[in-house]
This record gives sequence, C-alpha cells and structure tokens, in this order.
Amino acid sequence: MAPASYPDDLLYHSDHDWARIEDDVATFGITWFAQDALGEVVFFDPPEVGSSVTAGEFYAEVESVKAVSDVIAPLTGEIVEVNTALADTPEAINEDPYGAGWMVRVKLSDPGQADELMDSETYQGSL
Amino acid sequence: MGGYTAVTAEDLAIMLDAIGVESIEELFDAIPAGVRLGRPIDLPAGEPEQAVYAELRRLAERNVSAEDEITFLGAGMYDHYVPAIVDMLMSRSEFLTPYTPYQPEVSQGGLQVMFEYQTAISELTGLPVSNASVYEGPSAVGAAAYLAKLANKRPRVLVSRGVHPHSRETLATLAVGYGTEVTELGLNDGVTDLQALQEALAGDVSAVILQQPNFLGAIEDVQALADAAHEHGALVICAADPLTLGVLEAPGHQGADVVVGEGQSLGNRLDFGGPSFGFFAATQKHLRSMPGRIAGETTDVDGRRGFVLTLQTREQHIRRERATSNICTSQALNALGGVVYLSWLGRRGIVELGELMLQRTHYARETLAALDGVDKLHDRPVVREFALRLDVDGRDGVARVLERCAAEGINAGYALGRDYDEHGDGLLVAITEQRSRGDIDRLAEVLGAAVAAEQRTGAAAQVTA
Repeated sequence: MAPASYPDDLLYHSDHDWARIEDDVATFGITWFAQDALGEVVFFDPPEVGSSVTAGEFYAEVESVKAVSDVIAPLTGEIVEVNTALADTPEAINEDPYGAGWMVRVKLSDPGQADELMDSETYQGSL
Repeated sequence: MGGYTAVTAEDLAIMLDAIGVESIEELFDAIPAGVRLGRPIDLPAGEPEQAVYAELRRLAERNVSAEDEITFLGAGMYDHYVPAIVDMLMSRSEFLTPYTPYQPEVSQGGLQVMFEYQTAISELTGLPVSNASVYEGPSAVGAAAYLAKLANKRPRVLVSRGVHPHSRETLATLAVGYGTEVTELGLNDGVTDLQALQEALAGDVSAVILQQPNFLGAIEDVQALADAAHEHGALVICAADPLTLGVLEAPGHQGADVVVGEGQSLGNRLDFGGPSFGFFAATQKHLRSMPGRIAGETTDVDGRRGFVLTLQTREQHIRRERATSNICTSQALNALGGVVYLSWLGRRGIVELGELMLQRTHYARETLAALDGVDKLHDRPVVREFALRLDVDGRDGVARVLERCAAEGINAGYALGRDYDEHGDGLLVAITEQRSRGDIDRLAEVLGAAVAAEQRTGAAAQVTA
C-alpha cells in the first residue's frame, strides 16, 4: 500500500472522497484514509454512464473484505466515464487511490459547489 | 404449568417500580386503544404438566407418519431413506450448536462442509458457482428471480405452471418487494408450452422460470426453452429435483443460468414439512448477486489447505441496511445433511438410485394406467413422479378415492385439484427407492377398488338425482 498522502491539487469531501476539477469535468475517487479504513478492496460496483450524481449522495459501492460501503459524490453532475479497469484491478483503489484508483468522471452541473469542499490541509485537519 | 413462568409477582413489582410504572396496564397505555383487544385472550386456564403432556400426545396421534403407511405422496418432498450416518454427523455438537461465525475461519470444519457441499451442488447442477445453501426450494426460486432483476433490471418474469405451486406463490410474494411482475406460462400436454413462451417473450422479460422434472412429473426440454429465452436476453432459472440429476442432464449444461431447488430429498426427513434446505447455483457472471454465503478453499501461510468465507455480498452484516439476503448460520446444518447423504450415495449410487426410480416409476405408471377409470394425465417421459387422471367426479371424487385408500393404509398421492383447477381429476404419484414392486401392486389393488367404489356410488347418486 502507498504511504498516506493527500495531494494539494485535489478538493476533499468530509465523507473521504476527493475531486480533481478540470474545467467543467471532475474526476472522483476515495481518499487514502478511506481506502485504509476499508481494507483490501475486492470489488468496485460502478454507476452507469449517463446517470446523474448528487453531492453528498452515494453513486457507487466498494466491497472490501470487511464490508460493502457506499461511495459519496463530492459534487453534482452527470457521469461521463467510469474506470472500467477497476473491474479487473480493484486493488488499484488501495495501491494508487489518486491515480489508477480513480472511479468516475463527472460533467458538473454546478461548478460553484467546489467552494464547499476542503483543501488538503483542512481535510487533513479533520481526520 | 405456571411454575415454569420465570417472572413472579414480586419480580414484576420490582421491575415496574424500577421504571416508575404502577401496573402492567399502565405500562401498555402507550399502545393505542384501536389496536388493543380490550379483553383477555380466549384461552383455557392452565393445566398440570401431566395433563398438558397427555393432550399433546393425543394431538400428535392424529398425525400419520410416512412410516405408518405406504406412501406415494411426493409433490416436492419425498420419502427417501435417510441413513444413520446423516443423523450421527448432524447431531455432533460442533455442527448442531453453532453461533453466527463473525470470525468464520476459526471454524475450519464448518467451512469445509460448506465447501464440499458447494462442490457437490456445482457438479449436480452443472454450474460453476454454488452458495452454501438457502432455506428451502420456494425461497430459492424467489431469490433467483431477484438475481435476474439485478442482472438485467427488466421488470417481468415468466414462470411456467409446471413450477411447484409453493414456489410460484413465494415468487409472487417476494416479487412484490423487488418490483417484478410475474406472468404464468401454461402447459401443453404436461410440459411448458414452447410456442406460448415464444409469444410471451419480449425485451422486458428478465427471466424465464422452469422446473425439471416439472410439478406434473414430466421432463421438460430445458435446452429448447432456454434457447428461446436467451434469444430475448432473458435469464433462465431452473428449479430441479436433485435426485433425478443422476439420470437427467444437468440443467446448467442445457442453458440454465441459475439452478435452484429443494434439498429435502438429500438426507433431510419429512418432519413436519421441514426444516430442509434449498440449493442455489449460478454461472460465474452472477457470483456477486447471489444470496447467502460462499466458502472458498485456500492455503495458509505455511502452505496448508484451509477454508475461508469468500463471499457474502448481499448479507446483512456486510451490506447493513441495504442487505437483500439473510441466511442464518444454522441453515448450514440441513445442508450438512445433504452433503453427507450425497457422499454416502456416491457418484455411482446417485445414478443407480435414479435408474431404480425410473424403472419403478415406469412400472407403477403402466400398472396404474391399466386400471379401469385410471388414465395417464400426460404421455411425457417421467423419472420419479407421474400424473394420472381418475374417472370420478372431479376434486371431490378424487378426495373420496384418497380417503378410501388411506383407510387401507395407503397414501395414494397428491390431489392435483388442490393447486390446478384444470386438473381437478388429477392425482400425482411419487416413487422412491422405499416403494417396492409389492407396494406398487398393493397400490394398484387399493386404488383400483377405490375408483370402482367411487364410480358405483357416484353413479348411484346420479340415478337418485
């Protein structure tokens, strides 16, 4: 497993999710803290492309050896891409949570919501 | 027997005092008057233990055990011999008194039983993945239709009228919960009507549900029905009688995506209609949508063989409030009976048993159909059970024929009119290895006489009218 890290270029949601915003599209995933708490991830159940997600509500499930958990959307929008590679390599969520372990890309319907998310320092302070 | 009630008047007073309530009546004040009975329950006064025992014994004597008569009653539950080794292993305390395995790997023996059981069910059904069992056959059918819903999200299932009536009822009940509409498919000369299936299939059909052999004992052409269903993207769910799979092709090799069934005939007795177990097997693709749990084989750090609880994706302690399955720990006990029975029977034994049932069933069917007033309900091939038509006055006539047979110590079978309006004159007769040729000849003698007697009194009644 990678050592604990919380990159500065990401925004964080209190349910331990991150967002990387590029123009009006954001990439979502779960933080190092979340994957560490879950333990070994064995399955990622993605949403369908085209479905909508709402900030603060679940959009996918991750199954670890301990439990099945909801993944919470940090921002609102429409799913434009899911990380299909996770079907075969769900362990990427543990090994590289901010890279290969990304989950979905979302076309944001309200980019202004980003102001409500935390920066790395604030998020780490909340842990 | 009031002496066995744990709470004394003094205990009660202390407890009420502790929560600051004057009386039991005051404690229940919070319950709205509209839902309260408003009077004592209409029960007789307490009796001494000896009197209660005598009363219960009197009630129990009204039961007729399958061992007290020659029984040809089946319809989903069968009177097979249960060898002593099944009871011996099931009554070992390690298996008999388990608690929910929150740390299941501590109980290697329990996990190994599940693993061996799953292997046996996989081989019988012809599908690669089996769970560690569910409660019984009907709920397995209901859970399989839910799996189909998870797989393709379509709103409707087609269920053959050849599927056990209890399974169809359970399916209808459960399907309300997960929002699936259930449509029945009729039978044609004893089997599921392929043409009706083709006409009913559409893009909104989630699954087609069959039974092999079907409730009327007839062998279905699973492959043809499955091919038709798959053409429309529907899953195929097949309920199967496990003890016929020694002589019939495994439904999993004939296109079924999910094979489920009632496990009672595998080492579980006909006690009060249960408890028993259901089996549930599927293709690899549906692994994560299965109910219950799956044990797996692995090696420990020293390379020794060991067992783990591999999957329990839908269970309540994993999925919390969104769980869609809850199979309790002790369910494994009945499945243990199943795997012990199968191990006792063996690979050759299950084929020999199937062949024996096939031969005796054929003999019984031909012998009975040769009686006056008795005909085959259908001509389809059968393995262990077959349907007859009695030339008597419908449902009531069949009921009286069964009473006459019972008076002679013979349970002649199941009156189909209980579940099939179109077969009010139908009788379903089941054969196991416990029914000898002599038993079958005796049935023929008694049934022939009962039908003849019924025809005489029926005719007399008509003359009188």
